[in-house]
Amino acid sequence: MADEAALQELGQHIGAVLADQVIATSVVHGELMVTARAEHVLKVVTFLRDDPQCLFKVLIDICGVDFPERAKRFDVVYNLLSMVHNQRVRVKVEADEMSPVPSVTGLHNSANWFEREVWDMYGVMFEDHPDLRRLLTDYGFEGHPLRKDFPLTGYVEVRYDEERKRVVYEPVKLPQEFRKFDFLSPWEGAAAAAQVLPGDEKADGQEPG
Amino acid sequence: MAEVDIKNMTLNFGPQHPAAHGVLRLVMELDGEVIDRCDPHIGLLHRGTEKLIEYKTYQQAIPYFDRLDYVSPMAMEHAYVLAIEKLMGVDVPVRGQAVRVLFSEITRLLNHLLNVTSHAMDVGAITPAIWGYEEREKLMEFYEAVAGARLHANYFRVGGVHQDMPAGMAAAIADYLPNLLKYIDDMETLLTDNRIFKQRNVDISVISQDEAMDWGFSGVMLRCTGLPWDLRKSQPYDGYEKYDFDIPVGKNGDCYDRYLCRVEEMRQSVRIIEQVLATLPDGPVSSADRTVVAPPRAEMKQSMEALIQHFKLYTEGFKVPAGETYTAIEAPKGEFGVYLMADGSNMPYRCKIRSPGYVHLAALDHLCKGHLLADSVAVLGSLDIVFGEVDR
Repeated sequence: MADEAALQELGQHIGAVLADQVIATSVVHGELMVTARAEHVLKVVTFLRDDPQCLFKVLIDICGVDFPERAKRFDVVYNLLSMVHNQRVRVKVEADEMSPVPSVTGLHNSANWFEREVWDMYGVMFEDHPDLRRLLTDYGFEGHPLRKDFPLTGYVEVRYDEERKRVVYEPVKLPQEFRKFDFLSPWEGAAAAAQVLPGDEKADGQEPG
Repeated sequence: MAEVDIKNMTLNFGPQHPAAHGVLRLVMELDGEVIDRCDPHIGLLHRGTEKLIEYKTYQQAIPYFDRLDYVSPMAMEHAYVLAIEKLMGVDVPVRGQAVRVLFSEITRLLNHLLNVTSHAMDVGAITPAIWGYEEREKLMEFYEAVAGARLHANYFRVGGVHQDMPAGMAAAIADYLPNLLKYIDDMETLLTDNRIFKQRNVDISVISQDEAMDWGFSGVMLRCTGLPWDLRKSQPYDGYEKYDFDIPVGKNGDCYDRYLCRVEEMRQSVRIIEQVLATLPDGPVSSADRTVVAPPRAEMKQSMEALIQHFKLYTEGFKVPAGETYTAIEAPKGEFGVYLMADGSNMPYRCKIRSPGYVHLAALDHLCKGHLLADSVAVLGSLDIVFGEVDR
């Protein structure tokens, strides 16, 4: 695997050539990450594929990440591999539900299903994708299941109806309410930060109320 | 003779079909018997693994990886624990690494034994499959000895493996290996020069190196084109650089070459296992870092702190510092990667699973185009598809 210095150098090279398209480059845990502007993703990926110092000819993966609190809530992450230089690079762009990301299917055939999956799971649209259908979810499925605001249990469940002799969809019924445990200990979890535990005020030098 | 209107026929293949290797639905457009277009419909086994993992602690998520590619479970666990170890900076002791390599290679044998023989069964040869299952069963006994389960092992843990091998394991594996080599030779006499097997596989779904790279292929699917790319050599992990083995490559990039590559890879795996057994170091199998590895049972009987530590690890779990990584290993089917994003809590923020079978199946239309309908079964067999990992 390429060492960190070589990746730093490559990051600087990419940042210098694509100064207008790339926002930042960084090397963390021995992995190079390039943050780019979504509208220029085609140019960035083309450069990474064809530049003799890069030659990232294999598109390993595209995936989405959801950050509901952000204005542009999705990250689309491209993982690329260069077999010539034995290096990997990760390209990240931001997207939201409304603005489509240019599709890279014209550059890498493997992008076809990856982009369909991101559309299916997150609802990120890809411009000029030849066949942007749902891929993994059921026929006629509604919603985008990997979004953080989609419940783990989903909305519908299926069963075989003996009377109607077919599979029917029904709203999901839980015999027990869905529980998500906050395993964080009470003195360091999210709840603890909001409230003052009895006795804590002494630490700040205040008189107990 | 009057002009006849000839129409292409659309054929539905699956989702329940013995040669579909699971639940694959193919919508094929046929021109006579020639495939014009082939549209795979996947997702019939979609269980939302990635979503479920976001709701589990890091340790609780390991068993989900067994259930992805259920014929090579430990290889998937390996990628996931390596990703966490990278984010946390946990080191694995040398014996732990050696045991992981040992079981990764046993896993590779398990996978190839099933794939090669079921590929043969798809094109009409049933004997290798029946013999192969027996060998798989013997290998799964080693799984059972260390992990207690034949399939869903849950054996690799962050910082090492769950338990050391029982006494006498190394000798038992070493005793078994010659039988396996004998089986591989026997299987080859049935298949390699078999006229029917060759007629069904030679020159079927040929791909070039550039096409394979463009479609994101990895593993045997890439090596059958003659490209010697193996992550165990090029980006070694867990001490693979210490072992001496060859990367078999194909010449023509057809189904037959994929078969030959897999058979040779089995022999190379046996070679690696022999080297691991010969050089197996002593010492602990998992890290002494108590933030990720629970204390040993004997210590818990004596020490209150150890008991608390154990309780905390199995309820709250450990926290992984914020960060992200893409970590890949050479799974039997190709490059299996985990893109793990941690937000500093005890559960992953995002865990994307990059499975090789998914990428290979995406190219099925390209691989099948212009071939006969019956060839699609041979192509599917040579792709090494398991739906647990395709649909996730």
